[in-house]
Amino acid sequence: MKKSRIVMVIAALLLFTPFFFPIWRIVLEAPQYPTPLGLDIHVNKIVDMNPNDLKNINLMNHYIGMKDLPVDLPELEIMPIILVVMGVAGVLLAAKGESKWYLTWFVVMAFLGCLGMYDFYLWQYDYGHTLDPRAIIKFTNEDGTPMAYQPPLLGTKKILNFTIHSYPQLGGYLVGLGAALSFVAACVGWKEENQ
Amino acid sequence: MKKYHLKISTLPVLLATALLAVVLGGCQKGSDPSATQGALTKNAAERTYVAPGEYDEYYAFFSGGFSGQLSVYGLPSGRLFKVIPVFSQDGEKGYGYNEETKPMLETSYGFVPWGDAHHPDISQTKGELDGRWLFINENNTPRIARVDLTTFETAEIIEIPNSAGNHSSAFVTENTEYVVAGTRFSVPIPQQDISIDEYKGKFKGSLSFLSVDPEHGHMDLKFQIRMPGFDYDLAHPGRGASHGWFFFTTYNTEEASTLLEVNASQKDKDYIAAINWKKAEEYLKAGKGKKEKARYAHNIYSDETHTATTHWKDEVTVLEASELPGMVYFIPIPKSPHGCDVTPDGEYIIGSGKLASSVTAHSFTKMLKAIEEKKFDGEAYGIPVLQYDAVLAGSVEQGGLGPLHTEFDGQGNAYTTFFISSEVVKWKIGTWEVLDRQPVYYSVGHLMIPGGNSAKPFGKYLVALNKITKDRYLPTGPELCHSAQLFDISGEKMELLLDFPTIGEPHYAAAVPAEMLMEKSLKIFKLEDNKHPYVTKSEAESKVVRNGNEVHVYMTMIRSHFGPDNIEGIEVGDKVYFHVTNLEQDFDVPHGFAMMGANNAEILVMPGQTETLVWEPEQVGVWPFYCPDFCSALHQEMQGYVRVSPKGSKTPLKFTLDGEAMDAL
Repeated sequence: MKKSRIVMVIAALLLFTPFFFPIWRIVLEAPQYPTPLGLDIHVNKIVDMNPNDLKNINLMNHYIGMKDLPVDLPELEIMPIILVVMGVAGVLLAAKGESKWYLTWFVVMAFLGCLGMYDFYLWQYDYGHTLDPRAIIKFTNEDGTPMAYQPPLLGTKKILNFTIHSYPQLGGYLVGLGAALSFVAACVGWKEENQ
Repeated sequence: MKKYHLKISTLPVLLATALLAVVLGGCQKGSDPSATQGALTKNAAERTYVAPGEYDEYYAFFSGGFSGQLSVYGLPSGRLFKVIPVFSQDGEKGYGYNEETKPMLETSYGFVPWGDAHHPDISQTKGELDGRWLFINENNTPRIARVDLTTFETAEIIEIPNSAGNHSSAFVTENTEYVVAGTRFSVPIPQQDISIDEYKGKFKGSLSFLSVDPEHGHMDLKFQIRMPGFDYDLAHPGRGASHGWFFFTTYNTEEASTLLEVNASQKDKDYIAAINWKKAEEYLKAGKGKKEKARYAHNIYSDETHTATTHWKDEVTVLEASELPGMVYFIPIPKSPHGCDVTPDGEYIIGSGKLASSVTAHSFTKMLKAIEEKKFDGEAYGIPVLQYDAVLAGSVEQGGLGPLHTEFDGQGNAYTTFFISSEVVKWKIGTWEVLDRQPVYYSVGHLMIPGGNSAKPFGKYLVALNKITKDRYLPTGPELCHSAQLFDISGEKMELLLDFPTIGEPHYAAAVPAEMLMEKSLKIFKLEDNKHPYVTKSEAESKVVRNGNEVHVYMTMIRSHFGPDNIEGIEVGDKVYFHVTNLEQDFDVPHGFAMMGANNAEILVMPGQTETLVWEPEQVGVWPFYCPDFCSALHQEMQGYVRVSPKGSKTPLKFTLDGEAMDAL
């Protein structure tokens, strides 16, 4: 079996890992929370990192006028479909065996990835900026504008008494790996075809 | 120093003086007391200091004595973590004031709001502490309580019938098959109108054996052994080879009923009652138990319904000691013994005659042999008295004055408290020689070594529980707290590490390594598991319901508001039940509820729990309520109002939050 085909199959199969492992985790640390709060984003749902975390994050956030974390999101209904479609497509393309299709798959994955991150950013922007006008506590920035509480897209950020960490989890890393591997498959396949 | 008069020649005097000077000088050279003192103090401070963020090594449970409660301290720091209400009402927690816990203090004498808690004992498996439950006795209105060691709350209280002064209690057998109770004050059984002078022969004692359900811990009074009218003072179980026996010290075998101080101190020997409870079980099975009428309360608290229920019992099975051979034996022991302690291997039974100066050790093996060979010295009320010398193993001579209690370190050593000479004495089991003595401040009662009353003691720390404090701490007027001293007993000599005050009067204590309880300490009650009959699981479901002149308010609490928080339509003469559910599911976020002018107390509700406070308004007006436990940044805003209209005014029932009516019912 051609090396490139094996790599491509693996790449495609990795797209199914988010059905078993969480994709992303946002952790909220604060002095009064020796065990930090957190939420895990799975392919089709958002869940507590530890029991009751979502409820407690919402409770904390109601003081500054933030709305509750979403229970259902259209993104969480679309993502599983996209992953399955791309995963199946990837396997079929691997069966087909042409490296240029591997490259195409990679480009589509990269595009979808960027689209996904942009959508995530937009959701975070809305979550952090759409505040209840009757919020109990209202903070302002140094320049007088109302403070917003947008979590970081990727990385660590301090907001008031919370330090927020936003990082991919195993499922997310494996999908990234899958995309990367498809590029590798494309290169290896191109070399094999032009031997 | 004596002055030698000059009747003798000067040379011997000069020599003697010179010698004296050399000796004294020598003594001074080797020791600089202040330097050693400093080093010891620093060392002790290091060994008792638990740095911020770190944890103590042991949970130590101290009885509150006349406070009626159970306190929880950490060792080695001596810091107080909690006072668990057991037999006395506690306004701080609403214990005995809210509807759910009032049944815990129900007895055949009605509601009893105070008790005298003496001896805590932690459950055991195979002779080792297992940290499931803690049992403690009530001395005044005889009862035994069981404390759940995952919630650190009182889960059950059972009354002991045919008893008065429940002192030799609440001690468990090595697999917690039973927890025992024993009468300190003999009384007529059943109670009747007879002259007190008729005490001798007419007043009786009871030793009660309560089984403990291994799954739930629920107690059940399996049988009572009817005993002669002696005072049954303390007890400990046999273990290992002596498992199946229980040993109770008795005093007042003189059977005095007045001026016991003198009249119960006449005989030079009293008894240890050795109870063969396996034999008692056999008699029970063979139908030899007599069922007697006796009314007593059994109160059980459920963590599912967050409510206690009183179950009334009306009979008890009695085994008559004088009629059933082989079940009870009396072992003579010097003068008014107090403590009755069994070595970790179960071989020696230590009894201390508190009016003697020696500690007596009896041998279990010799006891069995004496029984077999019928080495009896007469009988008392039909119960054989074994020959003293046939059972005696040895005694610790001149240990001190007034020996009381002994515990063990698992290294072959025993430690006994001496009340009158105010010291703790360490001695060797088997050789009976004194190894060390340390003064305590002052007049020690019990001492406690974690696991010291089990097959597996943790021989690092010893705590002396003292009765007299005097000048030990900053004085606080005529009434002073009781003091406790922590010793390091890991070395050859005992070292005093810490001196700390305790609440109430700790009669005894029991301690476990912290790891045994830390992980399973409950953080929150799951709201979805709450089966309280008046639970409200979401704010939307809160309501107010009128039933004649009873009004039931189904209220919720969450940071930082009550739902509903404005209630109208209550009338003077109504009995208002506030059933308040804490909707939080976060660690350490309790909420309280306090109503102005209420004739009870606050309620303190843990996350996921429901509690009820009753309020009977007698005045027209608008009355506020609020959360008394600091819960959040907006705690000061967590409040509400109740409008009370005149009786019969028919003001419509209205309950709102933020102006929005909640579902009208």
